[in-house]
Amino acid sequence: MFDRFLEWRMNYVLVLAIIVFVIPLLMENPFYFDLATQILIIAATVVGLNLLVGYAGQISLGHAGFYGMGAYFSAVATSAYNWPPLLALIVAAAVVGLVAWVVGRPILKLKGHYLSMATLAVGFIIAIIINNESQLTGGPDGMVVPPFSLFGWELSTFGLYSLLGLEIPGHVAWYLVAGVLLLVAVIIAQNLIDSPLGRALRSIHGSEIAARTVGVDTARYKSMVFVISAVYASIMGSVFAHFTGFITPAIAGFDYSIVLITMVVLGGMASPMGVILGAVVLKLLPQFLAGFQEYETAIFGFILMATMIFMPKGFYPTAMNAIRNKLGKSSGGKA
Amino acid sequence: MAKKSLLRRAGVLAATLATSLLVSAQAAEPIKIGSFLSVTGPASFLGDPELKTLEMYVEKINEEGGVLGRPLELIHYDDVGNASNARNFAGRLIRSDRVDIIVGGSTTGATMAAVPLVEQARIPFISLAGAVTIVDPVKEWVFKVPQSDRMAAERILWDMRRRGFDKIGLISGTGGFGASGRQQTLAVASEYGIEVVADETYGPSDSDMTAQLTNIRNTDGVDAILNFGFGQGPAIVTKNYAALDINLPFYQSHGVASDAFLDLAGDAAEGLRLPASPILIPSSLPDDDPQREVVQSYAQEYRDHWGTRVSTFGGYAYDGLMLAVQAIEAAGSTDKAAVRDELENILGYVGVTGIFNMAPDDHNGLTPESFRILEVKDGDWMLVE
Amino acid sequence: MFSEFLQYLFTGITIGATYALVALGFTIIYNASHVINFAQGEFLMIGGMGTVAFMGLGIPMFFAIILAVLLACLVGIALQRLAIAPAKNADVVTLIIITIGASIFIRGIAQVVWGKDYHVVPPFSGDEPIRLGGAVLNSQSLWVLGIGAVLVIALILFFTRTLIGRAILGTSMNKLAAQLVGVKTQMVLMLAFGLSALLGSVAGVTVAPITFTAYDIGILLALKGFVAAAMGGLGSGLGAVVGGILLGVVEAMTAGYISSEYKDAVAFSMILLVLFFMPRGLFGGRTVERV
Repeated sequence: MFDRFLEWRMNYVLVLAIIVFVIPLLMENPFYFDLATQILIIAATVVGLNLLVGYAGQISLGHAGFYGMGAYFSAVATSAYNWPPLLALIVAAAVVGLVAWVVGRPILKLKGHYLSMATLAVGFIIAIIINNESQLTGGPDGMVVPPFSLFGWELSTFGLYSLLGLEIPGHVAWYLVAGVLLLVAVIIAQNLIDSPLGRALRSIHGSEIAARTVGVDTARYKSMVFVISAVYASIMGSVFAHFTGFITPAIAGFDYSIVLITMVVLGGMASPMGVILGAVVLKLLPQFLAGFQEYETAIFGFILMATMIFMPKGFYPTAMNAIRNKLGKSSGGKA
Repeated sequence: MAKKSLLRRAGVLAATLATSLLVSAQAAEPIKIGSFLSVTGPASFLGDPELKTLEMYVEKINEEGGVLGRPLELIHYDDVGNASNARNFAGRLIRSDRVDIIVGGSTTGATMAAVPLVEQARIPFISLAGAVTIVDPVKEWVFKVPQSDRMAAERILWDMRRRGFDKIGLISGTGGFGASGRQQTLAVASEYGIEVVADETYGPSDSDMTAQLTNIRNTDGVDAILNFGFGQGPAIVTKNYAALDINLPFYQSHGVASDAFLDLAGDAAEGLRLPASPILIPSSLPDDDPQREVVQSYAQEYRDHWGTRVSTFGGYAYDGLMLAVQAIEAAGSTDKAAVRDELENILGYVGVTGIFNMAPDDHNGLTPESFRILEVKDGDWMLVE
Repeated sequence: MFSEFLQYLFTGITIGATYALVALGFTIIYNASHVINFAQGEFLMIGGMGTVAFMGLGIPMFFAIILAVLLACLVGIALQRLAIAPAKNADVVTLIIITIGASIFIRGIAQVVWGKDYHVVPPFSGDEPIRLGGAVLNSQSLWVLGIGAVLVIALILFFTRTLIGRAILGTSMNKLAAQLVGVKTQMVLMLAFGLSALLGSVAGVTVAPITFTAYDIGILLALKGFVAAAMGGLGSGLGAVVGGILLGVVEAMTAGYISSEYKDAVAFSMILLVLFFMPRGLFGGRTVERV
């Protein structure tokens, strides 16, 4: 029974769901819910990025551009043009997907660092436009985003809602929404990974030439996954914008792209649980280090460096290996 | 579930214990002042002196017996100049540290990111950032210390008008400070009968602005040049300006009102003018200047304590803290609504930055005249009359 | 009209020479290990800030520069020994994150030790700009260009004429084969990092009179340097210089003739165009892909 659970490819989704929905029972402070919600949103973003980086092996240094584009599209459409937020979110995702498809075709022909360079350039161009078009975006000082609403029902972190007779404050409601979004993101990602697309991607990661020789249309698959990961970023960017209520161009910037890719690598590439763990660690670390004052930067850099040196595969795979080895030993080598 | 109720019970027990302890220690319970500042990162030249000032004066006030007989406790975080960090730390101050008032927000982006939380949580917030959007439109719980960038633009344009210039070239940084300053300058220029005939920008990592300055120089009829920006950018602009031998009057904004700018720009800064707080010229303030005493004592104390010269930006933190203290004293408690009302009622507080007269429709309380026009002469600031 | 053009060109060359010098630093490590060292900017910072700090102790400028360069070399070697070598079998992207971590770490230490202020490094030969055809050129730009040219030639000679240089190139092409013919690859890599730090810190102190220097100057300079290096073709010294100067000139011309607001966007679009037509940059090697 337990063996079958271990072999079930979606088992971790169940574990994740339990973790996500047990946590609110242990927390009371709205500040923790606020942080946790941000973690869920960013985790869903990196689950999408992981499809590109972890499975297809294509390094993007400009992904925050798509995230920021989604966020700003939603912000501008809902505040200046009074679009319903859900419509704005969907149109934003479509526009971002189209942009990713148009730039992706030529970019993805590039290899290695040249591909990184090109994604970096695309991210920069998006960030520059957001920064400069201040009559729409408020420029570098940022802009206010209206709360998310659906058919007149508004989701604000400060509201009060009732669900199945339970009173739920706004920050908990947002947490639950973000939790469901993350689970949906993970389930879709896992289905993609198990589809023919996923197999093609992994063959590209292994050796692109070999994949091409056996008849895999690598260009098509790569641009598909590029678009999918950009759409993930756009949707979560829109969600983030409505959640925080205020965004600045920094969320589209190069630094943020680096943060996203670091989450993927730190937690463990090609593993949804791994990248989620990466998001958790990277988002919480600054909160823990806040007490170290001027040493904060140095300590953060050191932890990042040391983790990657000693766990080059990332936290999660390293930890899972250790656990599996332990289990393997105790049950007489049958793992 | 059993576990949860156990946790709950333990929590209730701890809470009861804590409350009973608190009641006995009521008299000495500290007043919590929360702060988030850009102590590191690109805006560290703002956040660093601000934090130093807050730390120093909280210590000093506590040595002198605190406020309302209670000591002050400063809880501060470094937002690294990033607005979303600022928002998170503001949330932490409000919801986790449960501070009584917030004095902070070095940059406009950081301030504005925290505003929605502050307004919802209904906690008084004194911002140390510049842009006029912070207090226009007025937000119930948000106040700010520095003169707005609109006032800086007005003061500069006023001085230009006085000298008979009517066509100017503008060069500004694309960061928050420069971009907002550019907008305000363009918006108010016509009120002073001045036309902005050239409008150039530069990025935060640019190392040479000669091309932009050449464009301005070659524009017909330019009488003077204004640079709105902060950080090392304006120092590079100043050097390029000198190298190009542009013989036009040159203005900078209050964004460079610190001695560090003079060190960087060197001889190239000679003759340029800018609007600034009197803090840069403590010893040359006239005897009858109402701010003379407070400016001189702050400058002296800061130098004695930290061994470095004061900057305008540390002065914002000084005024922010003093405004908070004055409001809490006037309210007689840390009741948030009462403190907010008293902040709005402050009249004639003489600070380092200027003389504050708050009102329900003015949460800044300063006038453009609180800016003095300074000129760089022999490598030092000089008051222009 | 012409003097205007000349001024934009001079400005572009000044900016571009800075990028070029930074880009060169990426070349050596890339040639030896195919790693993009995101901590390259910190070598520049150590060059500039180290010089300021040693001069602050009363050491004459020339010796202060030498000490700063030595310090950077030590840091470079330590980076390879302590951070890159232990992770030798890691993924490319893992190595990128390691160098990013290292760069944050070094910057954090510099901020604690040297403070957060911007500092001036005096120009090598006076402040007086050079006037030519109605345009002005910063004399320090000539230093940057000259030192850049010397470094390129030295690099080309080093990689083609010296045993160590060839060993470095050999290691990058085929590590195993290099080991078989007796190259101590770890030693070679350590040397490559040391040399790259030397190049970076020399670049850092040479451009510091133009850009000023501070603990975080590395982030600003290294990014454009990386862009220039990629446009020129990673691993090519000549490519780094051409890429850097081209980038600088395009920026200055855009700022001059089109829009200063969008000059970076134009520069980045140009890089995309270059890569679309020349996927290995302007001077990148046409190596055959291995299966």
